[in-house]
Amino acid sequence: MDAKSWLRKALGRGVKSPQRKSLPDGVWLKCDGCAAIIYRNELMRNLWVCPRCGQHMKVGAAEYVALLTDDGFEEEIAAGLISADPLKFKDSKSYKDRVKAATAKTGLEDAVVAGSASIDGVSVALAVMDFNFIGGSMGSVVGEKVARTMRAGLERGLPVVIVSRSGGARMQEGILSLMQMAKTAAMAARLREARIPFLSVLTHPTTAGVMASYASLGDVIISEPGALLGFAGPRVIRDTIKQELPEGFQSAEFFLEHGMIDLIVPRTKMRETVGRVLRHLAAPAPVAGE
Amino acid sequence: MLNPLSDFERNVRDLQAHIDELRNIAAKKGDGDAQVVNAALENLVSQTTHLRSRRYANLTTWERVQVARHPERPHTLDYVDMIFSDWVELHGDRRFADDPAMVCGLARLNGRSVAIIGQQKGRDTKKRIHRNYAMPHPEGYRKALRVMELAQRFHLPIVAFVDTPGAYPGIASEERGIAEAIAVNLREMAVMDVPILAIVIGEGGSGGALGIAVADRVLMLENSWYCVISPEGCASILWRTPEMAPAAAEALQLAAPQLEKIGVIDEIIPEPAGGAHANWKEMAAAIRDRLQAHLDELLELSGAELVQRRIERFSSVGVWHEKEKSS
Ligand SMILES: [Zn+2]
Repeated sequence: MDAKSWLRKALGRGVKSPQRKSLPDGVWLKCDGCAAIIYRNELMRNLWVCPRCGQHMKVGAAEYVALLTDDGFEEEIAAGLISADPLKFKDSKSYKDRVKAATAKTGLEDAVVAGSASIDGVSVALAVMDFNFIGGSMGSVVGEKVARTMRAGLERGLPVVIVSRSGGARMQEGILSLMQMAKTAAMAARLREARIPFLSVLTHPTTAGVMASYASLGDVIISEPGALLGFAGPRVIRDTIKQELPEGFQSAEFFLEHGMIDLIVPRTKMRETVGRVLRHLAAPAPVAGE
Repeated sequence: MLNPLSDFERNVRDLQAHIDELRNIAAKKGDGDAQVVNAALENLVSQTTHLRSRRYANLTTWERVQVARHPERPHTLDYVDMIFSDWVELHGDRRFADDPAMVCGLARLNGRSVAIIGQQKGRDTKKRIHRNYAMPHPEGYRKALRVMELAQRFHLPIVAFVDTPGAYPGIASEERGIAEAIAVNLREMAVMDVPILAIVIGEGGSGGALGIAVADRVLMLENSWYCVISPEGCASILWRTPEMAPAAAEALQLAAPQLEKIGVIDEIIPEPAGGAHANWKEMAAAIRDRLQAHLDELLELSGAELVQRRIERFSSVGVWHEKEKSS
């Protein structure tokens, strides 16, 4: 499949094509894990996992939708939500300009895309985050889109899958960003009451306000290998305890060892694993004679 | 960090010392002299009050943060002592440990039993360390959840006192799943079918604060702050130096009056002249009145109504533009 039709597939029907800038241009790319120089098409075929060292490269939401779903989004959920600037926030740059720049860079409306889709034959409501949009941070739009994805699952009886990749809540919306944690957690409570399966997929990195809300609330939590996971950032912890952090601290493997996630699955097996888990949880009835 | 209020506080303290001195003199003097001294005294007292009210009526956002962190400000257990009766502290999460940074227990508010949860600061260095500067570990949040579940089982309203710079960012916190502990509290608090009141009495630092504040009513003391990140943390990231915390505090709009305008809190409880630390009893009395008033309203609602409204409340928070769909 060539890159263009692959991208089209990734975005599904009715989704505007973003100018994908989440990965550097060029025919050859350097792996950030082992520094090997790899042919771009080979990397793409391997779902942006280094064939030499297994490094899972940070990919954008469009790429992830493509590799996780059978045929992209069928119909987008909560499209057209754009970040406002309720606090008129300004540091070295205004928040408005940051959003504008992020949109230009990624072609996305905000740090998450959502839609109905099929994963390994199972119909789901899916949301996928994009780190290139202000660090995948959660402001009002991300919180609302994640909540509406959950609501779509609730209303249509579809399992919910959320792929997280985020530095946490978005500072530029102040308290409103913090409240998105409560909003998404409340919807997770509703899903739980309704016994709708909710699967949380963690990718590098997932931390802070996102980790401390919906990302930690999946009925089953799956991480990609090597992902940085945690509540506080490593630098903040180092500054607080004033000592070096142990090797592998806050990795997916650390989380698995401490009982915080269900399993680690390589990206190349993610679609079939998500499908298998969902078929167990959402099975209508036991298969007779088995 | 520079505290612009400390000079002012020192002056007020000097005035207070003068007043005390005059009182002593007046006590020793004969009647005629005492009258003169008393007149001088009264003058000084009213001057002090006037100075305090004027100064505290015009606090910048950063100054409010300083008041919220004032070492003499009442902490959770001080309010428990002044507002409630019949206090029984309950310890431990039944999983790992008892976290002294989070206190929980049962008490009576004007005769009615309630469950209380809240972060606890220490008054001196030793106690501050014991309380871990009110920065709970996962077991603190799990203890709070255990006591909230107890409250729900026995139909007791929950009162949460929020006063934390944030959940503790350390190795043990991560090992035991601080993110999960907070997330689970957010989810479970959303669907508790008893009234939940939260009151920010000092610092409302990020997820560590919200982890006990998914409530039917969220109240704030006039000089408390509540935000997604501390001003210092925000300044370090966006301005690349914690020295810019005053600017970050302003930009984040984290003070009670700003949050009321944004619409995420229900009520500001005014503080006595000179802040909560200047008059603990008056502050506690005001809190008791408002807690009781809100609780009376919430007790009119059924459990299902409480949950429905609480979820609607948090589901409707946020500001965005919605594009017209073309196709
Ligand atoms: Zn490699």
